[in-house]
Amino acid sequence: MTHELPPSASAAPAGPDAVFQDYLAQGEFRIQQCGSCARHLFYPRVLCPHCGGTQLSWRQASGKGTVYACSVVMGKPGTDSDYAVVLVDLEEGARMMSHVIGCDQHAVKIGMPLRARIMERDGKPLVVFEPANGGMP
Amino acid sequence: MSLKDLRGKSAIVGVGQAGIGEARGFSAMEILAQAATRAVADAGLTMRDIDGLATCSSAASMWALPVAEYLGLRPQFIDSTMLGGSSFIAHLMPAMMALESGQCTAVLVCYGSTQKTGTFSRKGMTEAFRLVDPLPYEHPYQPMLPPTAYALAASRHMHEFGTTREQLAEVAVAARRWAQLNPEAYMRDPLSIDDVLGSRMISTPLTVRDCCLVTDGAGAFVLMRADRARAQRQKPVYVLGNATAVWNRQISSMENLTVTSASESGRRAFEMAGLKPSDVDVVGLYDAFTINTLLFLEDLGFCKKGEAGPFVENGGIAPGGRLPVNTNGGGLSCVHPGMYGIFLVIEAVRQLRGECGERQVPDAKIALAHGNGGTLSSQSTALFGLEETL
Ligand SMILES: [Zn+2]
Repeated sequence: MTHELPPSASAAPAGPDAVFQDYLAQGEFRIQQCGSCARHLFYPRVLCPHCGGTQLSWRQASGKGTVYACSVVMGKPGTDSDYAVVLVDLEEGARMMSHVIGCDQHAVKIGMPLRARIMERDGKPLVVFEPANGGMP
Repeated sequence: MSLKDLRGKSAIVGVGQAGIGEARGFSAMEILAQAATRAVADAGLTMRDIDGLATCSSAASMWALPVAEYLGLRPQFIDSTMLGGSSFIAHLMPAMMALESGQCTAVLVCYGSTQKTGTFSRKGMTEAFRLVDPLPYEHPYQPMLPPTAYALAASRHMHEFGTTREQLAEVAVAARRWAQLNPEAYMRDPLSIDDVLGSRMISTPLTVRDCCLVTDGAGAFVLMRADRARAQRQKPVYVLGNATAVWNRQISSMENLTVTSASESGRRAFEMAGLKPSDVDVVGLYDAFTINTLLFLEDLGFCKKGEAGPFVENGGIAPGGRLPVNTNGGGLSCVHPGMYGIFLVIEAVRQLRGECGERQVPDAKIALAHGNGGTLSSQSTALFGLEETL
């Protein structure tokens, strides 16, 4: 299967970065899967970094993920502006950087189950996560 | 020809530093040229003898050009590969090949930065990098780079192996204790584990004292073929092994945050040198953050994976400890002008020549210098030895 473009995409060809953004703008979080080795990849590419395969298809991500690593960036004291930067292992096996919203930033822990959400940040859609199952592994 | 045939075929014949700490009133090029002049003089050469150049900068994309121009060189060999802080260790291998093939006879490796006092500050540079070297899948989440990337690795090391913040702090304290023995080091006031733990948190679990210094500084060294090196004025320090490995650029693309590509660069460098970690007398590890030292002790084989925390406890890598690591005070306490790799080479050379005064490791014959670049992205390992180790 070759690159399948999102339904609303114009006829103009676009690279994987743009296709990813297009899907997000339509409210869909899709990641690529390699037709040769079957592994999922993130970030979007024109080839599979695991095997070099170029037959990549866009799959709906389940949105389920787990915190693999976490660091809280400290804001100015007293401004309540600390925020956690996490690496999330997606259920499909790929990893991405993200934010966890809707919880105490210092309560974000490795192993915490997450669910993806698309939110708008600076006029652009962005994949973030919120705790799933009440944050209990 | 195999890589092993290059073992001991080249030697460092001169080293020089300038502008360590603060070089107010000087440009990066000016302190680079001072360090280069000192390295060339140390070798008993003149700038006219230099016919090979290896240099790079994080501020200029064609840096080798103005350096050649400023120093008045017409190099027959040029390498300006930019791998971040590991670059000047990674420059060894192509320089050795150029010397061995006869492309040139004396390679000057040099670096200088005034990121502390210069007009182009680190903050300005960070902002510029976001434009010219965007990370579209990381920048939207505002990691404070580079600290957050290393903090993420630290979080994982703590989670998997039970490594503690106290053990991370041991690394900073050991570096400071070495720095107190080095008159050239920038920060020499006493530092305790409690001081490190109690200092300002930057990106959990790393405090400001888990992070390297921001200083000015320049360093240079001259590499020649071994047969010519023996005719120079200094005791030659031979390159016994060198290897570089890159597995990723972004921290989010690193497969396992507790295993860096130093595990590959180290294995290949030791293989070329025909040595093992227990043969090494003095160790230099690029300590941009305290977690680096733990990761590299493990990845280079000085201890098992996950055991670097206990390894550094109770002054394990401090003066008088089980292994002398970062004897100049490291990037944490001696000097860190953006890219630190060249200072690891210079300290290895000085230790092997026996010039280190109070911090001298007695009878040091084999030294290791390990450079890191990006956010745990590029790794380059070098092993150096004296004549008797050939
Ligand atoms: Zn594949």
